[in-house]
Amino acid sequence: MSAAAPAVQISDLWKYYGDYPALKSIGLSIHAGSCLSLLGRNGAGKTTLLRILAGLLRPQRGDLRIFGHDPRDGATRARIGILGHGIGVYEELSALENLKLFANLYGLPNAAESAKDWLKRTYLDNVSDSLVREFSRGMRQRLAVARAFIHGPDLLLLDEPFTSLDDRAIALLQSLLQGALNRGATIVMSTHQLREAMELSTDVALLNRGKLVFQGPRPVEMLQDPTWLYRTYGEG
Amino acid sequence: MNFVSQTLTVAGKDIRSEIRTKESLNAAISFAIVILVIFSFAVDPSAEQIKEMSGGLLWIVFAFAGALILNRSFARELGNDCLDALICSPVPSAALFTGKAAANFVLLMVVEAVSLPIFGVLYNMQWMRDPATLAAVCMLATWGITIIGTVFSALTVNLRLRELMLPVLIYPMMIPALMAAMRLTTVLISEGTIPADDIIWLRLLVGFDIIFTALSVMLIDTVLIG
Repeated sequence: MSAAAPAVQISDLWKYYGDYPALKSIGLSIHAGSCLSLLGRNGAGKTTLLRILAGLLRPQRGDLRIFGHDPRDGATRARIGILGHGIGVYEELSALENLKLFANLYGLPNAAESAKDWLKRTYLDNVSDSLVREFSRGMRQRLAVARAFIHGPDLLLLDEPFTSLDDRAIALLQSLLQGALNRGATIVMSTHQLREAMELSTDVALLNRGKLVFQGPRPVEMLQDPTWLYRTYGEG
Repeated sequence: MNFVSQTLTVAGKDIRSEIRTKESLNAAISFAIVILVIFSFAVDPSAEQIKEMSGGLLWIVFAFAGALILNRSFARELGNDCLDALICSPVPSAALFTGKAAANFVLLMVVEAVSLPIFGVLYNMQWMRDPATLAAVCMLATWGITIIGTVFSALTVNLRLRELMLPVLIYPMMIPALMAAMRLTTVLISEGTIPADDIIWLRLLVGFDIIFTALSVMLIDTVLIG
């Protein structure tokens, strides 16, 4: 990867579900170290775009590069952390077993220590041996955050990460995201919780029915009025 | 982390999950025992005829019980979108697949290990005449069943009728392996050795395993990502 290569480079990307174009000719460049909020109404294509970035879906057309490489390369995937709609942890395993599993899958040299460290950072160390099925919703969400962050990803893909989090969990997630930004990681998150997202975002992109209608630095107006972008770019 | 460690990590996770929940193992063992018991009412255990059909009966039981295990293989990843988390990890799809197939293989071997002594008692059958060769035949045929079943489990995981679709899709594909396993098991139980004429069936099993393992490993990325 060259020093100037963006973290994410998308050009003329199309994705169809049957005959329905979920994404239409998306072109997007996200620079390393930035935090991009992907905005749009329900069905705009945010989740589809994030899933393509994560290598979970293949686009029908277009080119996508993550750190200059194909997102399905093993080395590229090792640099990506994803927090989707599902928490991505196993109910029948304990919190510690879950984190050790993912630490091992990501090839971390000291999986057990990393797992314990992240349980502590997400305030789950006192329930490390409890099965996830016994956890409350908030505890599961914090474990999911630990799972996504455990390998120190350079690119974080977050699909509505603040949804159904309580105040404490939101503060924890924001501090972890800020920490990730401070160490140079890139964040791409879709969200409807604009106030929480705007505190971190350096850039925003707006999708409208599969088309990218705005991409650029976060407009200063959005700090006062998070819905400014929707109103200004025609979604009302 | 190399391919083998990744495979073992995935297999270990699946086996641990199954030991905790026992959701497919209990069902598969119970199903196998029930079929063996019910079928024992239909035949005369003293008849020589039972030796001739022993292989067929056993592999029908193993194949049907196996479908219960194979159905859960990828379905257990659906809760909490765990499959997405696995696919996003740097583990190659091939390692993910072989790990899952290895776990299914172990679970199906457990079903077979429980079923065989019960078969021996119910049908008054000496099935331990050549245990090493019988074990080898069981392992080869079980690997064939699990490799086909695991790839189709991935293929059908998002179907609403996957419990129905999986058996419909896998049994026709398994026919060569099942034919070989039935013949070899029958001769091992009735004669205690594999005659030279039947070695061809052993070769067929080995060939089936190699071809379908290679094909599955090559295609699994397309199956999982589309």
